[in-house]
Amino acid sequence: MKYIDEYRDPALVGKLRDAIDKRARSIGRPLTMMEICGSHTQAIGRFGIRELLPEGIRLISGPGCPVCVTPVQDVDRAVFLAGLDDVVFATFGDMLRVPGTGGKSLQKARAAGADVRVVSSAMDAVTAAEKNGGKTVVMMGIGFETTAPTVASAVKRAAKKGLSNFCVFSVHKAVPPAIKTLLEDPALNIDGFICPGHVSTIIGADAYSMIPRSGRAAVITGFEPVDILEGILMILTQVAEGKKEVAIQYARGVSPSGNPLARALMEEVFVREASLWRGLGEIPESGLRLRDEYSAFDALKRFAVPVLRSAEAKGCECGGILKGTLSPFECPLFAVACTPHNPVGPCMVSSEGTCAAYYKYR
Amino acid sequence: MCIAFPGKIISIEDDRVAVIDISGTRREVYLDLIDEDVTVGDYVISHAGYALHKVDEETARENLSYLKTIIESEA
Ligand code: SF4
Repeated sequence: MKYIDEYRDPALVGKLRDAIDKRARSIGRPLTMMEICGSHTQAIGRFGIRELLPEGIRLISGPGCPVCVTPVQDVDRAVFLAGLDDVVFATFGDMLRVPGTGGKSLQKARAAGADVRVVSSAMDAVTAAEKNGGKTVVMMGIGFETTAPTVASAVKRAAKKGLSNFCVFSVHKAVPPAIKTLLEDPALNIDGFICPGHVSTIIGADAYSMIPRSGRAAVITGFEPVDILEGILMILTQVAEGKKEVAIQYARGVSPSGNPLARALMEEVFVREASLWRGLGEIPESGLRLRDEYSAFDALKRFAVPVLRSAEAKGCECGGILKGTLSPFECPLFAVACTPHNPVGPCMVSSEGTCAAYYKYR
Repeated sequence: MCIAFPGKIISIEDDRVAVIDISGTRREVYLDLIDEDVTVGDYVISHAGYALHKVDEETARENLSYLKTIIESEA
């Protein structure tokens, strides 16, 4: 497949590895890099990137998996909404098995009779609303800037069709405010960020300007082995030359200004507000709620969701893992009580969760 | 979750929908979020039923050959 195969070329991978080796040796001190995209976490595991790197380079994972950073309160609210009469609850598949309070999940709600449907696009939920006139379809709007514009567009299409039985439970989040929060931690020991590829397709390079301002390297990176290794090499080059900037390795997928049309659509439908992240706490301006003009499509305005008594799973260290302060191996439950088959926390559920990626490729 | 793949546009239908081919699998994607002109044969990166970005062939080619030259000069 074009644009994939050439980025898996073993000869190029080998040469990149040698170049990284050489560059790392010239820097002569250990370096830590953080990837802030779950798809990178997964690709790094799948392609064995960690094993390819010289000893002094450490890769850690950040808050890049949308279902993982969704706090337990919102998982509980999703399960509540799914259980309502005459509701069809539509969700991306990643969310299905994420455990809420007491191990409840959308999957268990479905087994108990709730109409929970997995969709691959918010437009599938719009179509379901057209076909199920007597019911209300609630789409769980989850994901970063990559996904939020697609849901915004579906809302606009539903509005244009005059659909009154479609709405969105939005727990969408924006990535840059979370990076800012990480950077504010004086103990943060990171030399460079492997910035997300497809989030950047939308938000562009400027959105990360706070990273070089904090003295760290930032490289927007693609998802194939050649991409990831080149991204790492570019971070090393910035460190070696002492010149920090937001660079784009993934030029075939990201233009410097991002996608202004998609951004405008997202801003037209959603407004920013403070939002709670698992592990990171409340972050200002990081959540996307439907604007008042679109309140007819806001599930939280249509249905009275009570304040639920939510509690994290006992012993789960997802919070520290999402901040990059803990590795899955430091969680006593990892691979013992917590496995992908029987997940205790969200980081073990999603294939992009750090615990799941470490488990699968350990 | 932000996984997205490049696919080739096979046809463009009414209502801003395109059929794309991703490694032999056909998918329908909406073009509402694409701010460039796209035509049959173009590659677009798609996610959750929407095309997000048109791949610029030249940029992609130049970058890859640039990478190969730096690697050669480092070696
Ligand atoms: S291994 Fe399981 S319990 Fe431990 S942090 Fe990961 S998801 Fe939570």
